[in-house]
Amino acid sequence: MSRIFTRRGFIKTAAGLTLGASGIGAAAVLANRYGLAPPDGSGLFGVEHTLTYASQRLLLRGQPLAREFGREMISKNFPAINTVLPEDDDYRSDMSGGFRKWRLAIDGMVARPMEFSLDDLRRYPSRTQVTQHVCEQGWSAIAEWTGVPLSLVLDAVGISPQAKFVFFICVDGWWDSLDMADALHPQTLLTYGMNGADLPVPHGAPVRLRVERQIGYKNLKYLSSITVADSAAEWGEGKGSQGAEHGYSWYAGI
Amino acid sequence: MKESRSVIRHTILVRVSHWLNTLAFVALIVSGVAILMAHPRLYWGEAGGAGSPAILELPLPLNLDQSGWGRSLHFLAAWVCVLNGAVYLASGLRTPPLKNKQYGSLQFSTYVAVVFVLFPLMIASGLAMSPAINAAFPWFVNAFGGHQSSRTIHFFIANLLVLFLIVHVIMVYRAGFRERMRGMVTG
Repeated sequence: MSRIFTRRGFIKTAAGLTLGASGIGAAAVLANRYGLAPPDGSGLFGVEHTLTYASQRLLLRGQPLAREFGREMISKNFPAINTVLPEDDDYRSDMSGGFRKWRLAIDGMVARPMEFSLDDLRRYPSRTQVTQHVCEQGWSAIAEWTGVPLSLVLDAVGISPQAKFVFFICVDGWWDSLDMADALHPQTLLTYGMNGADLPVPHGAPVRLRVERQIGYKNLKYLSSITVADSAAEWGEGKGSQGAEHGYSWYAGI
Repeated sequence: MKESRSVIRHTILVRVSHWLNTLAFVALIVSGVAILMAHPRLYWGEAGGAGSPAILELPLPLNLDQSGWGRSLHFLAAWVCVLNGAVYLASGLRTPPLKNKQYGSLQFSTYVAVVFVLFPLMIASGLAMSPAINAAFPWFVNAFGGHQSSRTIHFFIANLLVLFLIVHVIMVYRAGFRERMRGMVTG
Protein backbone atom coordinates (compact mmCIF):
# COMPACT_ATOMS: atom_id res chain seq x y z
CA MET A 1 0.00 0.00 0.00
CA SER A 2 1.52 3.29 -1.02
CA ARG A 3 1.64 6.24 1.30
CA ILE A 4 -0.48 8.28 -1.10
CA PHE A 5 -3.34 5.78 -1.07
CA THR A 6 -4.63 7.04 2.27
CA ARG A 7 -8.11 6.99 3.76
CA ARG A 8 -8.34 10.73 3.18
CA GLY A 9 -7.24 10.40 -0.44
CA PHE A 10 -9.76 7.62 -0.96
CA ILE A 11 -12.64 9.70 0.44
CA LYS A 12 -11.64 12.68 -1.71
CA THR A 13 -11.46 10.52 -4.84
CA ALA A 14 -14.81 8.86 -4.11
CA ALA A 15 -16.37 12.29 -3.50
CA GLY A 16 -14.89 13.56 -6.76
CA LEU A 17 -16.17 10.58 -8.77
CA THR A 18 -19.66 10.87 -7.20
CA LEU A 19 -19.70 14.60 -7.98
CA GLY A 20 -18.62 13.90 -11.56
CA ALA A 21 -21.24 11.18 -12.08
CA SER A 22 -24.05 13.31 -10.64
CA GLY A 23 -22.80 16.20 -12.79
CA ILE A 24 -23.21 14.09 -15.92
CA GLY A 25 -26.65 12.96 -14.72
CA ALA A 26 -27.76 16.55 -14.07
CA ALA A 27 -26.42 17.60 -17.47
CA ALA A 28 -28.48 14.85 -19.15
CA VAL A 29 -31.67 16.03 -17.41
CA LEU A 30 -30.96 19.66 -18.40
CA ALA A 31 -30.16 18.62 -21.99
CA ASN A 32 -33.55 16.92 -22.24
CA ARG A 33 -35.45 19.84 -20.75
CA TYR A 34 -33.89 22.48 -23.01
CA GLY A 35 -34.08 20.43 -26.22
CA LEU A 36 -30.35 19.79 -26.28
CA ALA A 37 -30.62 15.99 -26.47
CA PRO A 38 -30.40 14.55 -30.00
CA PRO A 39 -32.68 11.61 -31.03
CA ASP A 40 -29.62 9.31 -31.25
CA GLY A 41 -28.46 10.25 -27.74
CA SER A 42 -28.56 6.77 -26.19
CA GLY A 43 -25.70 4.31 -25.83
CA LEU A 44 -21.96 4.95 -25.49
CA PHE A 45 -21.66 6.99 -28.68
CA GLY A 46 -24.89 8.76 -27.66
CA VAL A 47 -22.87 10.44 -24.88
CA GLU A 48 -20.66 11.97 -27.56
CA HIS A 49 -23.61 12.87 -29.81
CA THR A 50 -25.31 14.65 -26.87
CA LEU A 51 -22.19 16.52 -25.70
CA THR A 52 -21.43 17.68 -29.24
CA TYR A 53 -25.01 18.63 -30.10
CA ALA A 54 -25.70 20.44 -26.80
CA SER A 55 -22.44 22.40 -26.83
CA GLN A 56 -22.73 23.38 -30.50
CA ARG A 57 -26.36 24.45 -30.07
CA LEU A 58 -25.30 26.68 -27.16
CA LEU A 59 -22.38 28.12 -29.17
CA LEU A 60 -24.67 28.76 -32.18
CA ARG A 61 -27.52 30.39 -30.22
CA GLY A 62 -27.06 33.63 -32.20
CA GLN A 63 -27.61 31.68 -35.49
CA PRO A 64 -24.31 32.83 -37.06
CA LEU A 65 -23.91 32.34 -40.82
CA ALA A 66 -21.51 29.83 -42.33
CA ARG A 67 -18.57 31.39 -44.18
CA GLU A 68 -19.29 32.54 -47.71
CA PHE A 69 -16.67 32.95 -50.43
CA GLY A 70 -16.11 34.91 -53.62
CA ARG A 71 -17.07 33.25 -56.92
CA GLU A 72 -13.36 32.93 -57.78
CA MET A 73 -13.15 30.29 -55.03
CA ILE A 74 -15.66 27.94 -56.76
CA SER A 75 -14.10 24.46 -57.17
CA LYS A 76 -13.50 23.26 -60.74
CA ASN A 77 -14.13 19.71 -59.58
CA PHE A 78 -17.09 19.10 -57.30
CA PRO A 79 -17.31 15.34 -56.61
CA ALA A 80 -20.76 13.72 -56.71
CA ILE A 81 -21.06 10.60 -54.52
CA ASN A 82 -23.64 8.04 -53.36
CA THR A 83 -26.72 8.27 -55.62
CA VAL A 84 -25.81 10.17 -58.82
CA LEU A 85 -28.86 9.08 -60.85
CA PRO A 86 -31.94 7.66 -59.05
CA GLU A 87 -33.22 4.37 -60.47
CA ASP A 88 -36.87 5.33 -60.05
CA ASP A 89 -38.69 5.13 -63.45
CA ASP A 90 -40.99 8.10 -62.75
CA TYR A 91 -37.97 10.18 -61.80
CA ARG A 92 -36.17 9.28 -65.03
CA SER A 93 -39.09 10.06 -67.31
CA ASP A 94 -39.70 13.34 -65.44
CA MET A 95 -35.99 14.14 -65.73
CA SER A 96 -36.16 13.96 -69.54
CA GLY A 97 -39.19 16.24 -69.39
CA GLY A 98 -37.36 18.91 -67.37
CA PHE A 99 -38.96 17.93 -64.03
CA ARG A 100 -42.34 19.43 -64.96
CA LYS A 101 -44.18 16.73 -63.00
CA TRP A 102 -41.96 16.97 -59.91
CA ARG A 103 -43.81 18.08 -56.77
CA LEU A 104 -42.54 18.67 -53.24
CA ALA A 105 -45.25 17.77 -50.75
CA ILE A 106 -45.07 19.36 -47.28
CA ASP A 107 -47.27 17.89 -44.56
CA GLY A 108 -47.28 16.90 -40.88
CA MET A 109 -47.63 19.54 -38.18
CA VAL A 110 -48.53 22.36 -40.56
CA ALA A 111 -51.66 24.52 -40.88
CA ARG A 112 -51.88 24.18 -44.71
CA PRO A 113 -50.32 21.03 -46.25
CA MET A 114 -49.19 21.97 -49.77
CA GLU A 115 -47.50 20.69 -52.91
CA PHE A 116 -44.89 22.83 -54.65
CA SER A 117 -43.78 22.55 -58.26
CA LEU A 118 -40.32 23.70 -59.32
CA ASP A 119 -41.87 26.91 -60.71
CA ASP A 120 -43.72 27.49 -57.41
CA LEU A 121 -40.39 27.39 -55.55
CA ARG A 122 -38.74 29.68 -58.10
CA ARG A 123 -41.42 32.33 -57.47
CA TYR A 124 -40.29 32.79 -53.86
CA PRO A 125 -37.47 35.26 -53.09
CA SER A 126 -34.22 33.38 -53.70
CA ARG A 127 -30.88 33.37 -51.97
CA THR A 128 -27.52 32.73 -53.64
CA GLN A 129 -24.48 31.75 -51.56
CA VAL A 130 -20.96 30.49 -52.30
CA THR A 131 -20.18 27.99 -49.57
CA GLN A 132 -18.01 24.99 -48.81
CA HIS A 133 -19.41 21.46 -48.82
CA VAL A 134 -17.46 19.41 -46.27
CA CYS A 135 -17.74 15.65 -46.77
CA GLU A 136 -17.29 13.36 -43.78
CA GLN A 137 -14.87 11.36 -45.96
CA GLY A 138 -12.39 14.24 -45.79
CA TRP A 139 -12.69 16.07 -49.12
CA SER A 140 -14.38 19.44 -49.52
CA ALA A 141 -15.51 21.60 -52.43
CA ILE A 142 -16.87 25.10 -52.93
CA ALA A 143 -19.91 25.93 -55.09
CA GLU A 144 -22.47 28.65 -55.59
CA TRP A 145 -25.96 27.54 -54.60
CA THR A 146 -29.27 29.22 -55.44
CA GLY A 147 -32.58 28.35 -53.87
CA VAL A 148 -35.43 29.41 -51.65
CA PRO A 149 -34.74 29.59 -47.91
CA LEU A 150 -36.58 26.66 -46.31
CA SER A 151 -37.92 29.05 -43.65
CA LEU A 152 -39.97 30.95 -46.31
CA VAL A 153 -41.64 27.74 -47.49
CA LEU A 154 -42.25 26.59 -43.90
CA ASP A 155 -43.84 30.00 -43.20
CA ALA A 156 -46.16 29.50 -46.19
CA VAL A 157 -47.45 26.15 -44.86
CA GLY A 158 -47.62 27.46 -41.28
CA ILE A 159 -45.68 25.17 -38.98
CA SER A 160 -47.05 24.38 -35.55
CA PRO A 161 -45.28 25.96 -32.53
CA GLN A 162 -44.84 22.40 -31.22
CA ALA A 163 -42.72 21.40 -34.25
CA LYS A 164 -39.29 20.05 -33.28
CA PHE A 165 -38.06 18.31 -36.43
CA VAL A 166 -38.34 18.71 -40.17
CA PHE A 167 -38.06 15.36 -41.98
CA PHE A 168 -36.91 15.10 -45.60
CA ILE A 169 -37.64 12.13 -47.85
CA CYS A 170 -35.75 11.63 -51.10
CA VAL A 171 -36.66 10.10 -54.46
CA ASP A 172 -34.27 7.20 -53.75
CA GLY A 173 -35.96 6.49 -50.39
CA TRP A 174 -33.27 8.00 -48.17
CA TRP A 175 -34.53 10.16 -45.32
CA ASP A 176 -33.10 12.45 -42.66
CA SER A 177 -34.20 15.31 -40.40
CA LEU A 178 -33.10 18.69 -39.05
CA ASP A 179 -33.93 20.42 -35.80
CA MET A 180 -35.73 23.78 -36.04
CA ALA A 181 -32.52 25.79 -35.48
CA ASP A 182 -31.01 24.48 -38.71
CA ALA A 183 -34.34 24.19 -40.58
CA LEU A 184 -35.08 27.90 -40.00
CA HIS A 185 -31.49 29.11 -40.51
CA PRO A 186 -31.27 31.73 -43.31
CA GLN A 187 -28.67 29.71 -45.26
CA THR A 188 -30.72 26.51 -45.25
CA LEU A 189 -32.04 26.31 -48.80
CA LEU A 190 -34.25 24.23 -51.03
CA THR A 191 -31.64 24.48 -53.74
CA TYR A 192 -32.46 24.42 -57.47
CA GLY A 193 -29.38 26.17 -58.90
CA MET A 194 -25.65 25.44 -58.81
CA ASN A 195 -22.89 27.72 -60.15
CA GLY A 196 -25.40 29.84 -62.07
CA ALA A 197 -27.15 26.97 -63.87
CA ASP A 198 -29.92 24.49 -63.03
CA LEU A 199 -28.90 21.99 -60.35
CA PRO A 200 -27.28 19.06 -62.25
CA VAL A 201 -28.69 15.55 -61.81
CA PRO A 202 -25.57 14.10 -60.10
CA HIS A 203 -25.90 16.87 -57.48
CA GLY A 204 -29.56 16.14 -56.71
CA ALA A 205 -31.82 17.71 -59.36
CA PRO A 206 -34.36 19.10 -59.36
CA VAL A 207 -34.05 20.21 -55.70
CA ARG A 208 -31.57 19.38 -52.95
CA LEU A 209 -31.11 20.58 -49.40
CA ARG A 210 -28.26 22.88 -48.36
CA VAL A 211 -27.50 22.91 -44.61
CA GLU A 212 -24.29 24.90 -44.48
CA ARG A 213 -23.42 24.35 -40.81
CA GLN A 214 -23.45 20.57 -41.04
CA ILE A 215 -21.37 17.92 -42.83
CA GLY A 216 -22.12 16.95 -46.42
CA TYR A 217 -24.32 13.93 -45.71
CA LYS A 218 -27.02 16.14 -44.18
CA ASN A 219 -27.33 18.00 -47.53
CA LEU A 220 -29.86 15.60 -49.04
CA LYS A 221 -30.21 15.25 -52.80
CA TYR A 222 -33.34 14.48 -54.91
CA LEU A 223 -35.90 15.83 -52.40
CA SER A 224 -39.36 14.31 -52.73
CA SER A 225 -41.35 15.36 -49.65
CA ILE A 226 -41.09 17.11 -46.30
CA THR A 227 -42.88 16.27 -43.04
CA VAL A 228 -42.90 18.50 -39.96
CA ALA A 229 -43.03 16.58 -36.66
CA ASP A 230 -42.75 17.07 -32.91
CA SER A 231 -40.91 13.78 -32.34
CA ALA A 232 -38.51 11.45 -34.12
CA ALA A 233 -39.87 8.34 -32.41
CA GLU A 234 -42.16 7.25 -35.28
CA TRP A 235 -39.39 7.33 -37.88
CA GLY A 236 -37.41 4.10 -38.34
CA GLU A 237 -35.51 3.28 -35.16
CA GLY A 238 -36.28 6.74 -33.75
CA LYS A 239 -32.74 8.03 -34.20
CA GLY A 240 -33.78 10.91 -36.43
CA SER A 241 -32.13 9.76 -39.65
CA GLN A 242 -31.45 6.76 -41.81
CA GLY A 243 -27.75 7.59 -41.58
CA ALA A 244 -27.90 7.22 -37.78
CA GLU A 245 -29.05 3.62 -38.31
CA HIS A 246 -25.82 3.07 -40.26
CA GLY A 247 -23.63 4.57 -37.53
CA TYR A 248 -23.47 8.19 -38.77
CA SER A 249 -24.53 10.68 -36.09
CA TRP A 250 -27.87 12.45 -36.66
CA TYR A 251 -26.32 15.83 -35.85
CA ALA A 252 -23.25 16.47 -37.98
CA GLY A 253 -21.98 19.93 -37.05
CA ILE A 254 -18.46 18.47 -36.87
CA MET B 1 23.01 2.37 -10.08
CA LYS B 2 19.63 1.16 -9.06
CA GLU B 3 19.82 3.09 -5.78
CA SER B 4 20.08 6.42 -7.61
CA ARG B 5 16.70 5.87 -9.27
CA SER B 6 14.12 6.95 -6.80
CA VAL B 7 10.50 6.01 -7.36
CA ILE B 8 8.18 8.79 -8.46
CA ARG B 9 4.87 8.32 -6.72
CA HIS B 10 1.96 9.99 -8.46
CA THR B 11 -1.23 11.19 -6.83
CA ILE B 12 -4.40 9.27 -7.62
CA LEU B 13 -5.64 12.15 -9.78
CA VAL B 14 -2.53 12.05 -11.96
CA ARG B 15 -2.74 8.23 -12.21
CA VAL B 16 -6.43 8.14 -13.17
CA SER B 17 -6.09 10.96 -15.69
CA HIS B 18 -2.94 9.37 -17.18
CA TRP B 19 -4.62 6.05 -17.93
CA LEU B 20 -7.86 7.66 -19.10
CA ASN B 21 -5.76 9.70 -21.49
CA THR B 22 -3.87 6.61 -22.64
CA LEU B 23 -7.15 4.91 -23.48
CA ALA B 24 -8.53 8.00 -25.24
CA PHE B 25 -5.26 8.56 -27.12
CA VAL B 26 -5.24 5.01 -28.52
CA ALA B 27 -8.93 5.39 -29.47
CA LEU B 28 -8.14 8.71 -31.24
CA ILE B 29 -5.30 7.17 -33.26
CA VAL B 30 -7.30 4.07 -34.27
CA SER B 31 -10.43 6.06 -35.18
CA GLY B 32 -8.34 8.78 -36.83
CA VAL B 33 -6.83 6.19 -39.18
CA ALA B 34 -10.33 4.77 -39.83
CA ILE B 35 -11.55 8.25 -40.83
CA LEU B 36 -8.44 8.93 -42.92
CA MET B 37 -8.91 5.71 -44.90
CA ALA B 38 -12.09 7.19 -46.46
CA HIS B 39 -9.91 9.76 -48.25
CA PRO B 40 -6.16 9.24 -47.69
CA ARG B 41 -5.08 12.40 -49.54
CA LEU B 42 -4.01 15.70 -47.98
CA TYR B 43 -4.40 19.19 -49.45
CA TRP B 44 -3.45 22.76 -48.63
CA GLY B 45 -5.82 25.73 -48.63
CA GLU B 46 -9.60 25.84 -48.45
CA ALA B 47 -11.01 23.05 -50.63
CA GLY B 48 -9.66 19.80 -52.04
CA GLY B 49 -10.82 16.44 -53.31
CA ALA B 50 -10.72 13.95 -56.16
CA GLY B 51 -9.55 15.85 -59.24
CA SER B 52 -7.56 18.50 -57.39
CA PRO B 53 -3.81 18.25 -56.65
CA ALA B 54 -2.87 16.67 -53.32
CA ILE B 55 0.25 17.68 -51.37
CA LEU B 56 0.51 14.15 -49.99
CA GLU B 57 -1.01 10.80 -50.95
CA LEU B 58 -0.85 8.44 -48.00
CA PRO B 59 -0.13 4.74 -48.53
CA LEU B 60 -3.39 3.68 -46.87
CA PRO B 61 -6.02 1.35 -48.38
CA LEU B 62 -9.16 3.20 -49.47
CA ASN B 63 -12.05 2.15 -47.22
CA LEU B 64 -15.31 4.09 -47.21
CA ASP B 65 -17.12 2.01 -44.59
CA GLN B 66 -15.19 2.75 -41.39
CA SER B 67 -15.88 6.45 -40.83
CA GLY B 68 -19.30 6.06 -39.11
CA TRP B 69 -18.03 4.40 -35.91
CA GLY B 70 -14.69 6.08 -36.60
CA ARG B 71 -16.14 9.57 -36.28
CA SER B 72 -18.26 8.69 -33.22
CA LEU B 73 -15.32 7.06 -31.41
CA HIS B 74 -13.02 9.92 -32.43
CA PHE B 75 -15.28 12.60 -30.95
CA LEU B 76 -16.07 10.53 -27.83
CA ALA B 77 -12.35 10.09 -27.15
CA ALA B 78 -11.74 13.78 -27.93
CA TRP B 79 -14.34 14.75 -25.31
CA VAL B 80 -12.64 12.42 -22.77
CA CYS B 81 -9.27 14.05 -23.54
CA VAL B 82 -10.62 17.60 -23.29
CA LEU B 83 -12.58 17.04 -20.04
CA ASN B 84 -9.74 15.00 -18.55
CA GLY B 85 -7.22 17.62 -19.62
CA ALA B 86 -9.32 20.38 -18.03
CA VAL B 87 -9.34 18.53 -14.67
CA TYR B 88 -5.60 17.85 -14.97
CA LEU B 89 -4.77 21.48 -15.74
CA ALA B 90 -7.07 22.76 -12.98
CA SER B 91 -5.37 20.53 -10.42
CA GLY B 92 -1.94 21.33 -11.89
CA LEU B 93 -2.48 25.00 -11.23
CA ARG B 94 -2.66 24.18 -7.51
CA THR B 95 0.31 21.80 -7.37
CA PRO B 96 2.26 21.84 -10.64
CA PRO B 97 2.98 18.14 -11.42
CA LEU B 98 5.57 19.19 -13.97
CA LYS B 99 7.69 20.99 -11.38
CA ASN B 100 9.40 17.80 -10.36
CA LYS B 101 13.14 17.85 -9.92
CA GLN B 102 13.38 14.33 -11.31
CA TYR B 103 12.66 15.48 -14.86
CA GLY B 104 15.61 16.61 -16.99
CA SER B 105 15.37 20.01 -18.65
CA LEU B 106 14.94 18.55 -22.16
CA GLN B 107 12.25 16.21 -20.85
CA PHE B 108 10.57 19.09 -19.03
CA SER B 109 10.49 21.33 -22.11
CA THR B 110 9.17 18.45 -24.24
CA TYR B 111 6.29 17.88 -21.82
CA VAL B 112 5.54 21.63 -21.75
CA ALA B 113 5.55 21.73 -25.58
CA VAL B 114 3.18 18.74 -25.78
CA VAL B 115 0.74 20.01 -23.14
CA PHE B 116 0.75 23.71 -24.04
CA VAL B 117 1.51 23.70 -27.79
CA LEU B 118 0.66 20.39 -29.48
CA PHE B 119 -2.53 19.55 -27.52
CA PRO B 120 -4.07 23.03 -28.00
CA LEU B 121 -3.11 23.00 -31.71
CA MET B 122 -4.61 19.54 -32.08
CA ILE B 123 -7.92 20.65 -30.52
CA ALA B 124 -7.96 23.91 -32.51
CA SER B 125 -7.20 22.27 -35.88
CA GLY B 126 -9.85 19.62 -35.14
CA LEU B 127 -12.46 22.26 -34.30
CA ALA B 128 -11.47 24.21 -37.43
CA MET B 129 -12.83 21.30 -39.49
CA SER B 130 -16.30 21.69 -37.95
CA PRO B 131 -18.74 23.60 -40.20
CA ALA B 132 -20.74 24.67 -37.12
CA ILE B 133 -17.71 25.95 -35.19
CA ASN B 134 -16.56 27.75 -38.35
CA ALA B 135 -19.88 29.61 -38.48
CA ALA B 136 -19.54 30.70 -34.83
CA PHE B 137 -15.77 31.41 -34.94
CA PRO B 138 -14.62 31.86 -38.56
CA TRP B 139 -11.21 33.25 -37.53
CA PHE B 140 -10.35 29.76 -36.26
CA VAL B 141 -10.24 28.07 -39.66
CA ASN B 142 -9.00 31.22 -41.40
CA ALA B 143 -5.98 31.29 -39.06
CA PHE B 144 -5.05 27.79 -40.22
CA GLY B 145 -5.34 28.84 -43.88
CA GLY B 146 -8.60 27.04 -44.70
CA HIS B 147 -10.47 23.81 -44.15
CA GLN B 148 -8.04 21.47 -45.93
CA SER B 149 -5.02 23.15 -44.32
CA SER B 150 -6.61 22.50 -40.90
CA ARG B 151 -7.05 18.83 -41.83
CA THR B 152 -3.42 18.55 -42.98
CA ILE B 153 -2.09 20.30 -39.84
CA HIS B 154 -4.28 18.00 -37.69
CA PHE B 155 -2.68 14.99 -39.41
CA PHE B 156 0.92 16.17 -38.94
CA ILE B 157 0.44 17.08 -35.26
CA ALA B 158 -1.10 13.62 -34.73
CA ASN B 159 2.15 12.18 -36.12
CA LEU B 160 4.20 14.31 -33.72
CA LEU B 161 2.08 13.08 -30.81
CA VAL B 162 2.59 9.44 -31.83
CA LEU B 163 6.33 10.15 -32.02
CA PHE B 164 6.14 11.64 -28.52
CA LEU B 165 4.29 8.54 -27.28
CA ILE B 166 7.04 6.27 -28.65
CA VAL B 167 9.84 8.36 -27.08
CA HIS B 168 7.85 8.55 -23.82
CA VAL B 169 7.52 4.75 -23.61
CA ILE B 170 11.21 4.24 -24.47
CA MET B 171 12.22 6.66 -21.71
CA VAL B 172 10.00 4.91 -19.19
CA TYR B 173 11.79 1.66 -20.10
CA ARG B 174 15.23 3.24 -19.75
CA ALA B 175 14.37 4.85 -16.41
CA GLY B 176 13.26 1.51 -14.93
CA PHE B 177 10.03 0.16 -16.29
CA ARG B 178 8.80 -1.64 -13.16
CA GLU B 179 9.28 1.27 -10.80
CA ARG B 180 7.83 3.83 -13.18
CA MET B 181 4.83 1.65 -13.92
CA ARG B 182 4.34 1.06 -10.21
CA GLY B 183 4.49 4.81 -9.64
CA MET B 184 1.81 5.38 -12.27
CA VAL B 185 -0.40 2.38 -11.38
CA THR B 186 -0.46 1.97 -7.60
CA GLY B 187 1.27 5.25 -6.70
